[in-house]
Amino acid sequence: MDLVNALVVFANFVLIPATAYGAQLALGALGVTLIYGILRFSNFAHGDTMAFGTMVTILCTWGLQALGVSFGPLPTALLALPIGIAATAALVLGTDRIVYRFYRRQKAQPTILVIVSLGVMFVMNGIVRLIIGVNDQNFSDGERFVITAREFKAATGLAEGLAIKTTQAVTVVAAIVVVAALFWFLQRTRTGKSMRAFSDNEDLALLSGINPDRVVQITWILAAALAAIAGVLYGLDKSFKPFTYFQLLLPIFAAAIVGGLGSPLGAIAGGFIIAFSEVFVTYAWKKVLGYALPDAWAPETLVQLLSTDYKFAVSFTILIVVLLFMPTGLFRGKS
Amino acid sequence: MTFLIAENMTGGYGAADILHDCTLAVEKGQIAVIVGPNGAGKSTAMKAVFGMLSLRGGRVLLEGEDITTLSPQARVAKGMACVTQTHNIFTSMSVEENLEMGAFLRRDDISATMEQVYNLFPILRDKRHQPAGELSGGQRQQVAVGRALMTQPKVLMLDEPTAGVSPIVMDELFDRIIEVARAGISILMVEQNARQALEIADMGYVLVQGANRFTDTGAALLADPEVRRSFLGG
Repeated sequence: MDLVNALVVFANFVLIPATAYGAQLALGALGVTLIYGILRFSNFAHGDTMAFGTMVTILCTWGLQALGVSFGPLPTALLALPIGIAATAALVLGTDRIVYRFYRRQKAQPTILVIVSLGVMFVMNGIVRLIIGVNDQNFSDGERFVITAREFKAATGLAEGLAIKTTQAVTVVAAIVVVAALFWFLQRTRTGKSMRAFSDNEDLALLSGINPDRVVQITWILAAALAAIAGVLYGLDKSFKPFTYFQLLLPIFAAAIVGGLGSPLGAIAGGFIIAFSEVFVTYAWKKVLGYALPDAWAPETLVQLLSTDYKFAVSFTILIVVLLFMPTGLFRGKS
Repeated sequence: MTFLIAENMTGGYGAADILHDCTLAVEKGQIAVIVGPNGAGKSTAMKAVFGMLSLRGGRVLLEGEDITTLSPQARVAKGMACVTQTHNIFTSMSVEENLEMGAFLRRDDISATMEQVYNLFPILRDKRHQPAGELSGGQRQQVAVGRALMTQPKVLMLDEPTAGVSPIVMDELFDRIIEVARAGISILMVEQNARQALEIADMGYVLVQGANRFTDTGAALLADPEVRRSFLGG
């Protein structure tokens, strides 16, 4: 039995990766939940909005790298990110102008808007694949690790190593900063409060003189920024592939719904719940249990509940269970 | 000149008219009350005055200016405020944020107005950081009225402010409404509790099937045997 090594293995393969993944999902789910709370529909194009923002950021990163610009130990993509955000904001504002605004004026049902967003998703999907192609793109540069497994072993003398990738650290720090800024904006500023008011009671917000067009615009800009940031962080941590971003839609929606659609706090909680569940269920626990249990009980199999290929089944199952038993989610969002 | 007058309003939500030649008016700093049986079109008349449904006939004048075609938002900017019967507060926001949102159109310092609202409804000061949705029915109505007062309106329209509150709270709300009217704000309100409402009313309008049946001062209506027999239960 060796609890310290068990903890280190656990942190290295479960805690740290799941925290980074959870932060990425939380940012994605925040975008979905904002759109749902204010525009009142589930935006299926969010995954591909993330892909678009990431693509623009990657193209700018390549440009910066060609110019010889770097961000020291941090990934160059962080320098290109503002341009990615601006381009994504322009894209969604343009989309709103030529697509969503028409349906809003018609006072279309939310279900119609969902199908409209599905169409938008296919178009964005096509744009991204047309420009950057369908292949994997790895655009992470700078220092690869904050601590490598070898350094950790040398420093602590333990048998097991603990590695923290730069991208994981960047993800968590960026997510904290973004979430803090978003909550400050929503809770403290006049515009943020007017957005909450609009989400809470649209008719009363209109009677109070809140300009709906402005609220909608700011919502899209925030959603675009969140999508681009989430997409770039995910791409840095893993890699960028348009199809993967389309697939991210499921865990992101699961996160937003588990937390309660329309609730920003719920989106964050949901992101981490989904990420941890996915990693817990698909991780092979043999090594951790080997350390944590007495030798006689050490497992001989991998102790992996599901193959990683089935990780989407985890989000899906959680989604179904929540919708069946707790349709408003943990933080009492809208059902 | 009448401060606010809605003359000969005819219209409804769809093809069928609900209001038939209905006229309502209120003088500066006075209280006008609309009473009548269920389905008489009281709330509809109120919505029509505030521009929430389009009229086929008639007009609405505020200080002599024709505002018939203005949207509700534009009427707020002109100095009208309305407290609807339901969904009249932001339940997820704190009391203070509700008041701030009420004053959204104002760009000047709102703290003095907020202070007036807190003085009018002292309980709201104690609960100002609490989500408005957690308050009791009477307190929620106070938030709703306070929110409407934040624009410093000239006319305050109230659709059944005492719906669903206890008799004690109702008396208290009526006292507050009188206080608001004394401050020079005209009040046009729809009430189910006809007797109590007419007691504080300068003018009373009894509507039946979307048309004016009786129009007189509150005291005169209370004294009218026909009104008493038909609408006030004897």
